[in-house]
Amino acid sequence: MSITPIDRLEFIRITAAATSVRKDTKSGVSVAPSASVTRALALRVNGEAVRLDVDTRVTLLDALREQLQLFGTKKGCDHGQCGACTVHVNGRRVLSCLTLAVMHDDDDIITVEGLERNGVLHPVQEAFIEHDAFQCGYCTAGQIMSAAALLNEPCGPSDDDVREQMSGNLCRCGAYPNIVAAIQSARGRA
Amino acid sequence: MLRDEPTLTPLAGCTDLYVALNFGTLKDTRFLDLWRLDRLRKIELRGGALSIGALATFTDLIRSTLVRKRLPMLAAAARDVGGVQIQNRGTIGGNVANASPAGDTLPVLAAADAVVVLQQAGGIRRVPFDGFYTGYRQTVRRPGELIVGIEIPPVRGRQFFRKVGTRAAQAISKIVMAGILGPATGSGRTARIALGSVAPTVVRVPRTEAALASGASIEAVQRTLMEEIAPIDDLRSTAEYRRRVAANLLARFVCGASRG
Repeated sequence: MSITPIDRLEFIRITAAATSVRKDTKSGVSVAPSASVTRALALRVNGEAVRLDVDTRVTLLDALREQLQLFGTKKGCDHGQCGACTVHVNGRRVLSCLTLAVMHDDDDIITVEGLERNGVLHPVQEAFIEHDAFQCGYCTAGQIMSAAALLNEPCGPSDDDVREQMSGNLCRCGAYPNIVAAIQSARGRA
Repeated sequence: MLRDEPTLTPLAGCTDLYVALNFGTLKDTRFLDLWRLDRLRKIELRGGALSIGALATFTDLIRSTLVRKRLPMLAAAARDVGGVQIQNRGTIGGNVANASPAGDTLPVLAAADAVVVLQQAGGIRRVPFDGFYTGYRQTVRRPGELIVGIEIPPVRGRQFFRKVGTRAAQAISKIVMAGILGPATGSGRTARIALGSVAPTVVRVPRTEAALASGASIEAVQRTLMEEIAPIDDLRSTAEYRRRVAANLLARFVCGASRG
């Protein structure tokens, strides 16, 4: 008997759906608690117009991952300490776990999936690969989103200046030396 | 809206409120999103005072030439708030409304004799920063009122800001101090000193300020400060550590070996 390999993202999608179904049968009555209010949003995600119906309590992070299946943005701590969920909102980097999706009607959102242009990696992505600026990779999307924003922010020239500007992104593997080196090289190129 | 439904909690950057919500320490369930009120994001001079809209983000404060020129210690405080991602969303109005005793910008506003501008359907009232906090996380803001801005009268003298935490960036303060020191004259100098994380609210230290004004020795002023504040032991630090560090920060400030 042959087993068709299942795509990891497909797996997440299916199990997420299953979980929500189970929740439904458990409560027996309605899809969501009575307090839930749903709003229609129109926003741009990675350059594409997107329409979304979101529960007003859902974070931008959860909406990106669970509704738009953009799993590049990671949920690390879910309370604003680790930076793994960093995305760009109207050109500025923010923590998607600390902002509600409903607050972003009409906003321009860029996630790590939207960083490359026409199949060409962003200079920061290139530099992260060249400098091996990761180990397990979990924090990497957030690091890259922060670093890409940093290129357009006022930041002094030294490694310490870069470390200061990157202080909102933690790496438990301790890949910091290579992350700083990658960012410095991307700054030289950009 | 706030008048008709006083149980609504105003929110903007959500950088602290949402954390509380996630931890289940927040009872509020209905919120009013202020983020798009761009009118409340202005930083300008008005009648000699520096007027900062409540929705000005920490990034706005850091980048404002007006803030850097008039109140550099506020820019320094904003730089010490979280990481850049937090600075891009967190607002000065939120820092004030949140009423944490550890709020990074609060000692700056206390030392600068700032005024909180509150608005409700009926009109505007101004509350001196001194009288804004009534206890731990308690303010005089009424349910129907919104913090719309902060006004800071002209400041004369040398400014100082220093936050001490577990690490330079990102951590909540163990102690935070802001001060303004007038020029030295024969009979001492005017001083305004405020501290965070040493009491249920941000505090000014009038006895220490008076000791400085009287021209007492720095050792005597440090002793006064250590007696005047009553910090607590908690998960971030001990009372004794906070007292000593406060005294050291004061010496650093007064003796001029300071940044900010």
